Amino acid sequence: MTTEKSMIVGGTERRISLAVKTVLTTLLLIVYLFPFYMIILNSFKVKRDIIKQPLAWGGKHGLSFDNYVEAFKKMDYLSAVGNSLLITCCSVALIILFSSMAAYLFVRTTWKVCGIVFTVMIFSMVIPFQVVMIPLVSIYGGMLHILNHRWLLIFMHLGFSVSMSVFMYHGFIKSSVPISLEEAAGIDGASPFRTFWQIVFPLLKPITATLVILYVLAIWNDYLLPSLILKKGMYTLPLATNAFYGTHSNDLDLLLAALVMTIIPIILLYIALQKYIIQGVVAGAVKS
Amino acid sequence: MQREKTFGQKLRLYLMFAGPATFAFLAVVIIPFLYGAFLTFTSWDGISNAKPFVGLENYIAVMKDTDFWKSLWLTIRYMVISVILVNAIAFMLALLVTGKIRGKNFFRAGFFIPNLIGGIILGYIWQFVFDKALVFILNQIGIDSISMLSTEVGAFWALVIVTVWQYSGYMMLIYIAGLTGVSTDLLEAGKIDGCTDHQTTRYIVLPLMTQSFTICLFLTITRCFMVYDLNLSLTAGGPYGSTTLAAMSVYEKAFAAKQYGQGQTEAVVLFIITAIVAVAQAKMGKSKEVEA
Repeated sequence: MTTEKSMIVGGTERRISLAVKTVLTTLLLIVYLFPFYMIILNSFKVKRDIIKQPLAWGGKHGLSFDNYVEAFKKMDYLSAVGNSLLITCCSVALIILFSSMAAYLFVRTTWKVCGIVFTVMIFSMVIPFQVVMIPLVSIYGGMLHILNHRWLLIFMHLGFSVSMSVFMYHGFIKSSVPISLEEAAGIDGASPFRTFWQIVFPLLKPITATLVILYVLAIWNDYLLPSLILKKGMYTLPLATNAFYGTHSNDLDLLLAALVMTIIPIILLYIALQKYIIQGVVAGAVKS
Repeated sequence: MQREKTFGQKLRLYLMFAGPATFAFLAVVIIPFLYGAFLTFTSWDGISNAKPFVGLENYIAVMKDTDFWKSLWLTIRYMVISVILVNAIAFMLALLVTGKIRGKNFFRAGFFIPNLIGGIILGYIWQFVFDKALVFILNQIGIDSISMLSTEVGAFWALVIVTVWQYSGYMMLIYIAGLTGVSTDLLEAGKIDGCTDHQTTRYIVLPLMTQSFTICLFLTITRCFMVYDLNLSLTAGGPYGSTTLAAMSVYEKAFAAKQYGQGQTEAVVLFIITAIVAVAQAKMGKSKEVEA
């Protein structure tokens, strides 16, 4: 009898605590998303309404798209999105291409130079960007005078990313790519280059997906490095938004519309690839 | 690949496979790192060709630079408070969105959203919330208030709040991975032995999740030490330079004050302190790990 009773009581308790849990989590999520709600809502209002009634739906002058139309032109939105896309896509493609090949060589050979380079790469992963920031500017700006080029930024993204991506490819190839397949291809006369692209690279898909997600997010959102290299006209989205804040600091209505437009592309990507993005971020954090 | 025997063949293969990666890595990380170490012994102004060798003068100047130590002390306080709050809240969120709750994936995805967006943009979003929305709400409920960002204490806590808001969703994901990795056999064994929910969490789940804690602490410590974007857009170091965190102090020393040598020295000192804290933390975490 007693056991039965406690089971029933436990059951209702469980249900109540689950309900409490759901309510609590929902409230927390509302709090978390409140800042986004605020900027989206106010981005449709005129300046006076934003200041007088930031929480109201519309205010005296109602809602309109005018802020977006004006901000779109004034911050040169299309050019910023184009630059961000170009820099992100090229950087990520090069990172994947060159890191996977290097990692493959490092795993499959016992040459001394590979061991040394790989070890240096692992140790370099602890170096934060701030430590090389000043020398970078002085070498590429002061000595070589090649700042203000988009390809230089792409090259630097590659340089900063290879150590971690080689490390992650290295671990993956070592643990999950059987050497027997390649040996068979080698006997059939395929060159190492062909063996890699036709047999090995397709097997690397899971880790490639993780790295693509990590680097797309990191490079798309990067501010400090591009701010040191690019000048006006080449601005990526974060730089364009920052510059827009500098020149239009009194136009709160336009600024909010600019903010919303800046986050739209990445939110769209998130909606499309949510599951992969979450998996990729976890895999990236745990493995490195 | 081991078939290649002659030096020429090996060289060709190396250049083909690892050449671009090695070149970019050396040019962007290693050479600047070494050159940066050299710069700390010069008093270079960033413009002239002359880089006068000054020995340890920069290190002595950094030791005496009260502004730098003030910003470093501020960074440490900011880091400690943020790390504790981020991880406590992230762990709580992870507990909330695992188990029987409906719409798990929806909640997880929602809490993670802030991490998709760069610090610059997040700072501007919150600037609006602190300056306008929050002041409006407080005035509505009868508390006469000004923006948090215009007071020194308020601006410091604003940085903490945004950091906690952003990273708790990220760390939550890592804790979820840790929680779901705890085998159900152990939980059931605990239940049979009469553990309460609280005891199960304390004596079974927590010890098995040491690795998750180590990862999360490492990530939050290093990120908080090096934060720059958020600092720039949310408070810009203000009011009156009271919230200039260490990374911003380095930036200003070099690019605003044109003291490249000393700025680089500050960066190196900051790096060494971060590395010591992060490594000590990871070592401590490792020693506490248990096997299931």
